[in-house]
Amino acid sequence: MAIALVEAPIDVAALTAAGGAESGGLVLFVGRVRGDTGGRRVLRLEYEAYGPMARRELERLEERVRAGFDVHRVDIVHRIGVLALGEVAVAIAVWSKHRAAGFEACRFAIDELKKTVPIWKKEFFEDGAVWVGDRP
Amino acid sequence: MRVRVLLFAGLRERLGTGALEIRVEHAATVADVVAALRSEHPLLDGQPFATALNAAYAGAAVTVQDGDELALIPPVSGG
Repeated sequence: MAIALVEAPIDVAALTAAGGAESGGLVLFVGRVRGDTGGRRVLRLEYEAYGPMARRELERLEERVRAGFDVHRVDIVHRIGVLALGEVAVAIAVWSKHRAAGFEACRFAIDELKKTVPIWKKEFFEDGAVWVGDRP
Repeated sequence: MRVRVLLFAGLRERLGTGALEIRVEHAATVADVVAALRSEHPLLDGQPFATALNAAYAGAAVTVQDGDELALIPPVSGG
């Protein structure tokens, strides 16, 4: 799989079955829709992407993670569309021989994704909605 | 020449469209296209965004070709 931008729910279990016997560890990050932000109750989120560029940036990120860390395999899946509380918005699976590289690589992957991949989330509250990142 | 411009998220809602076209001089740069956009669309005033040309980040000095697609990328918030 490597990378994917999907509209259907993310199959996290499938991600945990993708690696080979050379990997002694799998580090998995699962990002979920949280029910509050800054003390305000969140009702749901909507994710929008610049599809072709988001896929390209995810591919570049996957390549950077594999080149920069001692890991075997990196899978990154991000969901777009409307998501309810508790649903999985992003999942990153990093397979490595040893755990240290896996943890570092996974942390790097999610941090970079949040900085570089053209995906935006809109938070819906009881009294309005806001695109995250637009706040002053 | 014509450049197609893509808008996303808050910018898309602010301008009420996800795509528009703009005419610029031959050999214009990304900065030139942005300047033309800002003069035609005052709603862009004060809005922060990066730029991408044909689905890859591109800085202000990059030259734009006829038919290129320029995307305005407001601060991203995936994850």
